[in-house]
Amino acid sequence: MGLNDPFVQGVAQEVGERGFMLTSVDTLANWARTGSMWPMTFGLACCAVEMMQAGASRYDLDRFGIVFRGSPRQSDVMIVAGTLTNKMAPALRKLYDQMPEPRWVVSMGSCANGGGYYHYGYATVRGCDRVVPVDVYIPGCPPTAEAFLYGILQLHKKIHRTHTFDGGWGANGVRLPKKLVG
Amino acid sequence: MTPETLDTLEAAVAERLPDLPRERIGDALIVRVTPENLIAAMTVLRDDPALNFQQMIDLAGVHYPERDKPLEAVYQLLSVYKNHRLRVKCAIAEGEALPSITPLWSCADWYEREAYDLLGILFSGHPDLRRILNEYDFDGHPLRKDFPVTGRIEVRYDETLGRIVREPISLERGNREPYRHTL
Repeated sequence: MGLNDPFVQGVAQEVGERGFMLTSVDTLANWARTGSMWPMTFGLACCAVEMMQAGASRYDLDRFGIVFRGSPRQSDVMIVAGTLTNKMAPALRKLYDQMPEPRWVVSMGSCANGGGYYHYGYATVRGCDRVVPVDVYIPGCPPTAEAFLYGILQLHKKIHRTHTFDGGWGANGVRLPKKLVG
Repeated sequence: MTPETLDTLEAAVAERLPDLPRERIGDALIVRVTPENLIAAMTVLRDDPALNFQQMIDLAGVHYPERDKPLEAVYQLLSVYKNHRLRVKCAIAEGEALPSITPLWSCADWYEREAYDLLGILFSGHPDLRRILNEYDFDGHPLRKDFPVTGRIEVRYDETLGRIVREPISLERGNREPYRHTL
């Protein structure tokens, strides 16, 4: 978002003319939430390499305020990147439970979406949504860093649609879905 | 290995371990041992200067359900100094235990755990014979031929109980079912 962005210019004009600007609490909260989504690093398999790729300098997740954390207590979003096995499932759920609300889950790759290549294996959880509630599914085996980034932006869109403070009523009186956070 | 080194190795093995049945397949020399003489034979193979197998490269388990002794452990030995290799096989019956070779080659520790985990081969005298890949309370040994490929249980999180639960497996479409109409 540069200085030529219409949104930034609009804000600059409003603040410059009136000295203040009006917005809703939800918009402000969602802006803050999408501006610094710290993911819980959950690389389970090769998808994690694409996740690292997206975090490295070429795609640079830092631009979106995404900084990988090693602790669930400091995380907002869990990125399940790779095959979830039966042995790992209790650990994944425990780490998800330790994350503070609001929290989101991104399922990355075929294995996390539905078992993928290992769907008929004896040790695989056939989709990480059997263990944690998933917000965004990113298809691919593994998804490219671009696809991963697109999934993150989809999650941003989803967060922008949530209404935490105004009870789910939109500005024009339309009842919005009550699915809020967590 | 060249035929010459193979001949030299076979002669050395025949001299030191004359009781063991030998077999040559391709350019590999295979020696069969029993649980009773395994440790003695392995000690000779490792320590004798003419054999000098200082490295245990791999330990694999095999399941032959049609045989009287259905389980087999296969050891791959390598001598870097002599530049020769040897394959040692040991068949056991169900419930019988092999002596662990971890005291001879400490790297055998995890290989033996893996063979126990996936095939149920027991190793007596092993320092810590736990499962290594599957969860510790896994039921069965998945590389046995009679183990169903898709397993017997599946896990999910139960909202009301608040924990991960295990249930008998229920697949909407079985393994390889999409291909049946082409057969």
